[in-house]
Parts: sequence; structure tokens; C-alpha cells
Amino acid sequence: MADIKIGAYVCKGCGLGERLNTAQLMTVAQREGKAQVVREHEFLCNSAGISMIKQDIEKEGVNHVVIAACSRRAKTDAFGFDSVAISRANLREGVIWVQPDTDEAKEITQEMAADYVRMGCAEVAKMQIPQINPSHGNNKRILVVGGGISGMTSAIEAAKAGYEVLLVEKTGQLGGWAAKLYRRVPSHEPYADPMETGVPALVRQIEADKRITVHLNSTISRTSGAPGQFSVDISKESGGTSTENVGAVIMASGFEPYDLKKLPELGGGKSPDVVDQAGLEQLARAANGAAIKRPSDGKEIKSVVFVQCAGQRDESGKHLAYCSGHCCNTSIKQAMYFKDSNPNVDAVVVYTDLRTPGNGEDFYRSAQRKGVIFTKGTVSEVVPGAELQVKFKDLILNDDAVAKADLVVLATGMVANSGVDIDTAGGAPNVEGQKEGGESKVVSILNLTYRQGKDLPLLKHGFNDSHFICFPYETRRTGIYSCGPVRRPMDAQQAIEDATGAALKAIQAAENAALGRAAHPRSGDLSFPTFRREGCTQCKRCTVECPFGAIDEDEQRYPQFNESRCRRCGTCMGACPVRVISFENYSVDTVGYQIKSVDIPDQFSEKPRILVLACENDAYPALDMAAMNKIQYSAFARIVPVRCLGSVNTIWINDALTSGYDGVVLMGCQKGDNYQCHFVKGSEMAYYRMSKIDDTLKGMSLEVERVRTCEVAITDIQRAPKIINEMAETIQKIGLSPMKF
Amino acid sequence: MSGAVATNETILVVGGGISGMTAALEAAECGKDVVLVEKNPSLGGRVSQLYKYFPKLCHPTCGMEINLRRIKANKHLRVLTLAEVDKVEGRAGDYTVTIRLRPRYVNENCTACGACADAVSTEIDNPFNYKLNKMKAAYLPFNMAYPQRYVIDSSIIGTPDAEKAKAACKYDAIDLGMKEQTMTLKVGAIVWATGWRPYDAAKIQPYGYDRYDNVITSVEFERMMDPFGPTAGKLVRPSDGKEAKNVAFIQCAGSRDRNHLKHCSRICCMASLKQSTYVNEQFGDQAQSTIYYIDIRAIDRLEDFYQKVRANPTVKFVKSKVANITEDRESSDVILHGVDTEGYHRYDNRHDLCVLAVGMEPSVDARGIPGGVHADASGFLEADAANGAIFGAGCATNALDVNRAVQSATAASLRAIQVINKVSGAEV
Repeated sequence: MADIKIGAYVCKGCGLGERLNTAQLMTVAQREGKAQVVREHEFLCNSAGISMIKQDIEKEGVNHVVIAACSRRAKTDAFGFDSVAISRANLREGVIWVQPDTDEAKEITQEMAADYVRMGCAEVAKMQIPQINPSHGNNKRILVVGGGISGMTSAIEAAKAGYEVLLVEKTGQLGGWAAKLYRRVPSHEPYADPMETGVPALVRQIEADKRITVHLNSTISRTSGAPGQFSVDISKESGGTSTENVGAVIMASGFEPYDLKKLPELGGGKSPDVVDQAGLEQLARAANGAAIKRPSDGKEIKSVVFVQCAGQRDESGKHLAYCSGHCCNTSIKQAMYFKDSNPNVDAVVVYTDLRTPGNGEDFYRSAQRKGVIFTKGTVSEVVPGAELQVKFKDLILNDDAVAKADLVVLATGMVANSGVDIDTAGGAPNVEGQKEGGESKVVSILNLTYRQGKDLPLLKHGFNDSHFICFPYETRRTGIYSCGPVRRPMDAQQAIEDATGAALKAIQAAENAALGRAAHPRSGDLSFPTFRREGCTQCKRCTVECPFGAIDEDEQRYPQFNESRCRRCGTCMGACPVRVISFENYSVDTVGYQIKSVDIPDQFSEKPRILVLACENDAYPALDMAAMNKIQYSAFARIVPVRCLGSVNTIWINDALTSGYDGVVLMGCQKGDNYQCHFVKGSEMAYYRMSKIDDTLKGMSLEVERVRTCEVAITDIQRAPKIINEMAETIQKIGLSPMKF
Repeated sequence: MSGAVATNETILVVGGGISGMTAALEAAECGKDVVLVEKNPSLGGRVSQLYKYFPKLCHPTCGMEINLRRIKANKHLRVLTLAEVDKVEGRAGDYTVTIRLRPRYVNENCTACGACADAVSTEIDNPFNYKLNKMKAAYLPFNMAYPQRYVIDSSIIGTPDAEKAKAACKYDAIDLGMKEQTMTLKVGAIVWATGWRPYDAAKIQPYGYDRYDNVITSVEFERMMDPFGPTAGKLVRPSDGKEAKNVAFIQCAGSRDRNHLKHCSRICCMASLKQSTYVNEQFGDQAQSTIYYIDIRAIDRLEDFYQKVRANPTVKFVKSKVANITEDRESSDVILHGVDTEGYHRYDNRHDLCVLAVGMEPSVDARGIPGGVHADASGFLEADAANGAIFGAGCATNALDVNRAVQSATAASLRAIQVINKVSGAEV
């Protein structure tokens, strides 16, 4: 790589010129920051300022640029120079907007600014311009696992965009549960009647599409690799395995209905005339529009009761705790099967909350018009017999009641077919996981060879949904997306939408992998982790702690970074006790040298130094917005944005303390069940590591109050400055650190 | 960026809320050229006005920051604000779109230093806070606004205040002579993501939103929780500023009602459950929330959140469509009248504040979308082959929660890409 030539540019706009001695800052950049080119400008972000910098890049060979102006979040268009390393010294939001404009404050404000210039120069000196990951793959074929309505939709939609698709289905035919339906819930106005499932047309479309290759009676017996270069073994039921390469994977393995035999009190398994919703579809298909006959004696059904939430929304812990979302609409549809063939059939739906969101309301009204009876109640028992008795508490009349019926339909809900729960099974081979309310044998869907386990991590209740509200396609296995009811309980209409979106994400993962780029949330980042093999002690922390399962172990038990699976959060870098892991543009040194570059006044100066390591997505913007609102905080704080608190290596804390910092504050996202960390486990790992810092402090004979780890949200605009000030007060109480030189 | 060049391989995304941002970013991160137009001065949309999301109780601006970072980092995506689509001509793969750009009176020189706002004295209603308070007529729409650039409100153009703003700006960023402009773009596909607006609560006459100070909407309630909002983050009554500890939430305010919105707006049950936690956040055990509902629609795993709120002793549930609201003149308390259908008891319940969980209607009626698309009876954009390459996304297509809106936007993005790839002949 070419020699580093640092250019430092100090802006005088937005009051910086009036509040700060910019000439001194330039001297600092030149003498201490080793910047070869140093310039100031009245208004750095205007076209003249930008062309000045561009000219230095082109003519002077400046390749590392320090912008000493506003926050890295501001003016990104103007300061977005290609193919140079850039660091932003935040003099506006980080200094003058958070300090009083008074004569007394002038000195410490200037010192603050000078430190940020030092830090910017130190960071940029250690940064490298990311080179593209050399081991990226170019395969853009999409593997879809599961041939139900979700998988078929993903396959068709990906093919429509021009991509080759491999569709693998474990049974002998495409269609999944949707193919077993008589009709489906309508997706268009007037939402009055059940509609055709559309499955045969989808199957025909797949068969006619030369971009889609279908493997029936097949499962995935091995998945290895990374986006752009997955290798999968497709095993036929009859024996025989073929190995295929794909660029991304969509897991659409669907659901199983909750076993009605687990509901004997509701007649499940006790009477052939108590069926689940799938059972009713079978009867309706057999009738094909004529009168539906009951299983026990073939008698034409004259009365039917639908029991909603059967084994769902269960508070006892025995059954499913969740609502499956589609069952109210499904029961309405099924009640219509009866009413449409014979309006004189009594169809009663017993529910606690009728859940027909959106235009389901029209469908609900249509059922009422057709004479379906809706009763708010909770069913306690279904007594088998020639005439079934449904005992329930009528919640409107607040009274016990009995309904008699020829057939009872239990709306039992969906159980995700999501494979092995790697968090409980530990990813060990041949472990049978256990699903909520179920004991059925769990078979892995993807059989990933990843060190962290065979399947996608689950979120809740056995579904592998995303934890993030804004980013529903996020999974913890890069390039592998799930869709349909395996992800979250859903109806066919939502599954179609979901499957289309998942197809986009898969395509995107393959496209970005081919360019050596990171996936969400650092999309486009070209850097990737490397490690110094000689220094590695094979402690395995990086392979264990990676939130995305990106790191395996090679034959010699060294970490094997699958760069295309990496999200560039730096959790591995934070975990590494011997500090051998780094990214080109973010490393132990880029931060470590910033920390070391700060000027530490002596013990008698009454000028403490507080290091703040702030999550760049939440805490750092909160501090920026505090500045925009002119909320002040201690001039002794030196704030370093970090990719994620998980990337914080404790060496930074140790170095800061031994070099004389008086306090350290770590600001990261909420951890725990409702974690907000976009790298999943980063902030949790930071807390874990920091839980041991007290011993370190005691070993140095320092007070434990000197280091504090806090959860800070992006909305903590008033609280984040307060936390800094509290640390300043603490230091005032306990005194400056004795470790200054 | 009014000189944006686009071709029939470009995707136009209309609407810069979470759906539009998602559709635009997902396509741009597949390497497609995208132009994103937003009628407001900032991206962000309705979710940026929310205090927290259900069920995690996390902050929408957190996801917005990630999306803004993605936008800043992506060279395929161009953003036009204060921009609206006037005309769409052509067909799938070959549209000509006319876009009207309203003047911001502030150019890209703006550093967001705030000197213009300091100089101006005129105050105008703050739309970000649903007009619950005032702001300067030179303003940054909100803390997270992107582009981070001030706006001079057109109402002060031609007044001395505007001149003061201009004089205060050292960066030649204020251009009072800016005029409305139109531009035409060539695009291959269009994602329509214009989102939703709250149903006009005043139309639900028995609830007296237009007559009683202490009847507010759910979206206004959200703004009250923001420390930078109209009440500085305090839950207080509009009538007298007294702490609102005893809060009634009325579900289906406008929704599931043929006189108003015939659909269920999907999010309102969860929104009220979430908002009951706000009352606890401020007043702890002193809080009293009562939720008047027909059915609690906490779909799928959101049920967990419902069960958590149900276990909270400070939250009461009453199965009832509230008949009407009256006001106690003296105390300004609101009194809700109706019948609890579980056991048929009449009630006349007194509360400090009543929050109407207002329904969602499309922000732009799909019947009026330029280019002509299929609309349902509520004005939502319905998918239809006749729509050509105009694809609905998010709440423009239905009442959706954030999760589903983002799924919908991601799907719409792929549909647009399919058209673009056909135009460009891209085969993989």
C-alpha cells in the first residue's frame, strides 16, 4: 500500500472560528498529528472548501483525511470522498455546542478541541482503505427450502427478477398446506367469499419456468459456506445426494398444525367428529361444494361449532402461549363452506377476541350476513357422542351454556417447522430439541456445518422471526432468510408478501457478497476481519461470541473467518484477549491510538479526563442531538464512537486507566430480552466483559466508580449528557487518578 | 438535487416514511438506481413521531438512524424532499413522471447551525407535534431530520422576518427568491409508499374531540411523551396542565364502523396497550388506565404483550363500544358513557384524559394517484395487473403495523426490480 499522507482540514464556520483558536489546532495537527498537509477554511463544507480538499487528494497525494469540523453524522454528502480514509474530529457538536461561550470556559474548550484533532489524526493514521475481501464468491443462484405457498412464491419471484432458483421440497409434491385447502381467505375486495387457493397455477408456473429446478422428496443434509458461495447437499428420500452451489438461502419450511390429540378435554382424539382446521378442509374438499359429511357416520352435518384458540393463547403453560393470527379468518371461511352449501346449517364460532384485522372485517361482516353466529365465550369441554356437546361460559351473558353440534372444529394453531433450537440443543449433533407444548422429534432443516449450530437461531415460541421491528428480515445467519409461517404465524396472503420480500433479501445478499460487501446493517462496508495467526492462542472466544455464527474453526483449531458471513460489528475484536483481530478501517489501534493521543494534564491540574466509548448508532447520535439543543456536558469528556459496545476491547479501558484517565463511561444499547443492540449480543457481551473490570481496577488500586457501563437509547438526549456529568462529579468527589505521568 | 438524472432503469419511490425508505434502500442495496421523493421537508414519516414501538418498547428513531446511515452511504439513492408527484405518463418500464418541488428557501450550503431560527420571531404551528405547539418559522423539522437542513416557512416570505433570517445566515444558504419548480424524470417502475394519516377524530361526533380539551388522539398522546414534544415529555391534560393519571383509551375510534372506516386498523389495540405503559412510566402505581374495546387484536406473538399488560393491576379492560362522552364543566374531567357488554352493566366513568385510538386511512386516496391504479373502497392501493409497474408498499396498501409495512415495502421493491431487470435485459 502507498505511504500514508495525512491531510487535516480545520473548519472555521458555524462559530468554530470565533470560539476556537484554529491556528493552534492546525499546529496540533501538524506537530502531534503528523499531518503533512494542514489547512483551514472559512466554510469547509461549501464547494470551495470541498474542492480544496479534493485538489489535495488529487494533486498532493493526500490519502488520509481528517475533517475537523462538525459531527460525522452531518454533511456526509459534502465530506464523502472516494478511496481515501476519513476521520471526523467533531468540533461543533462535540465541543463548541456543548460548552458555554464564556471567557472562563475558553481554555478548556480549546483543550477539548485540540484533543479531538489529535484523536482524528491518530485514528486516520491507523486506518487503511478497505480492500475487497479476496475470498468472496460470485454464485447468485437462490436456494429455496420448502415447496409450500411461501417457498413457491419466493422461487417464482426470484426467477422473475432473472435469478436461477433451486427449490427443495421434502414431500412428493409442491403446494404444502395451501394445496390441502378447499378454498382460501379472500385477498381482494369485496372480501365476501372464500376464493380459490391458486396453488395449481403456481405449480404450473414453476414447472414452466426454466430458471427454477425442483427437487421433490428431498431434504438438505448439509449446508456450508457463506453468501455467494454456499455448498449444499440435497438428499433424496430414496437415497442419493447431490451437491449444489448457491449464493443465498430462503428457508420456507412452514408449520405443522398443533396436535389436537393434546386437547382431550376438547374432544381431540376422543371423537372422529372433532377435527382441526386442516381436518375440516379435507372434509370440504371431499364434499367439493356439496353438503359436508361428518367422519363418524357420513351423516350430513347440520350443526357445527368452531372453537377458537384451542390450545392457543394458553396461560397454563401446557399449550401454545401465542395466537396464530389466521385462525379467526380461517374459521369464518370454514363456517362459510357450510352456509354457502346450505344456509340452514347452524354454524357457531365461539371466541374470546375475534381477530380479523384490516379487511378481515369485511369478511367477518359477510359471515354475519350469511348467518354465522359469533358467541363470545370460553370453551371448557367438548363431550363426545352422537351429538357432541360443547360446554362453554358465555362471556356476554356471564353464564354457563351448552351448544350441541354434529361436528366440532378446533382452531389449534401453528407450530413452526423451524428445525433444531440451537440455543437449547447447543448445536450438538443428533439432539432432539423440544418445541413449546410438543414432544415431536425435531429434525434439522438446514444442517448447517457452522460451529454455532445446525439451524437458524429461534426468536420465540419456536419461530425464527427477526427481533427487529424495523428490520423484519434480519436473521443471525447472513445470507439465509426465513419466510412464511416458520418465521411467524401467518396466513397465506401475508406469506406471499413475506416470501416476495425474502426473495429480495436473498438476491441482495448474493449481489453484495459478489462485490465483497457487508450485509445489513453495515451494508456496503468493504472491510472484513483478519487475524494474526502467530498471536492467536486458540481460546475460541471469537468463535463463541460472534452473534452471526460467522467464525468456524479450521483443522488446526484456529478461527476461520467466513468473511462473507461477517457483519463487521467487531464483537470478535472486542472478545480477543490477545488483540489479534482487526478490520482495515476499525481496529484495536484505530481506537487505542485515539485514546492514547489525548493530552493528559498532571494530577494537580484539576483537569480530569473522561473517556466515553459510545455506540455509534444510538448513544453517539443522542449526544449529537444534545449538542443541537445546546445541552452542555463536562469539557473533560472525550468521546469515541464505536461500532458496537461489543467491539470494545478491555485493553482500551486498561490503557486509558494506566495512562491517567480519571473515568471511563461505556454507552451501549439495551440488553436482555428486549435487546436493542443491532448486533444482537454486542452490548450484552460488553456488560459481561465489564463485569470483571472491578478486579482490574482494584488491582490498580483505583476506585471502582471510575468505570461505568450504561444503557443509552438514541432518545436519551438529556440523559446521556447527565451520565457524563455524573462521572465528572464522581471524579471530583474521589479525586483525580494517581496514574498520571 | 433538482438536476437528478434518471433513466428507465431507475426506480421511483414515492413517500419517505419507513416503507418508502425501506423500498428505496432495499433496491439501492441491490445496486439499482433509486429516486426517493418525500413531500415533507424531512424523511421519517409517521414512525418518527412515535415515542416507542410495541411490543419491544424500543425507539423508532433508532431504526431511523440506521436507515439514514444506509442512505448516506449509498450512491445509488437520491433523495428529493418537499417533492410531490404531479403526473405519471407512460407504461411499465417506461414512465415519465412530473415532480413538483416546493421551495425550502434554504439551499445545500445550510450547515444547520440554527442562526436563522434565532433571528426569526414569527411562530407557526408545529406539524411534527400535530400542531399542539408552536415553532419558529425558520426551523429544522425535528432533531433527527434528514436532510439536516433548515426550512423557511413560506408564510414569512416577503416579510421582514425572512430578511432577518437571510441576514443571519453567514453561508449564503438562504435564497428567498426560490420558486416552485417542476422536473420530469424517466423511470422504469414506481413504488407508491405514501403511508397513512390518522382518521379525523372530529368526525366521531359523540366523542367530542372538537369540543372537549381532554379528548385527544393516540398520535397526539405519542407526542406528549417526547421530551422535545409539546409538553416536554409530560402526560398532562390540555385543559389545565394537570397530570393525566387516570386515562381512558377508546378502541376502534373510527375503525370497524361503517359510518367511518369499515376496516380494522390493526395497530390500535397494540398502540393502546403500549400507551398504557407510558402512564405507568410517568406515574408508577398511581397510574390508572382503562381500555374500552370490542376485541383485543394482539395477533401472533404480540399476544405476549397483551398478557403482560393484562397482568398489570393498574390497567382495566372494559368490553364496550363507548356510546358518548360528556365533560364535567367544572373539573374538565371527561365522563364516558356506555354499557359493559360483559354482563350488561351501564357505566358513567370519569377520567382525567381520554385517548381515542384513531384508525388509519390512506394519506393519499389511491383513486387519485397519478397514472391510475386500482383502489379499494377505502382508498388503499390494491395490487392489480392493470397497475402496470406501479407497486403499492406499506400503509398505502392497507392498515399495517411497522413490521408488515416493511415486509410489504421489501416485496414491492423486488417487484420494481423485476421490471427494471426486464428493461435492462439483466440475466444473472
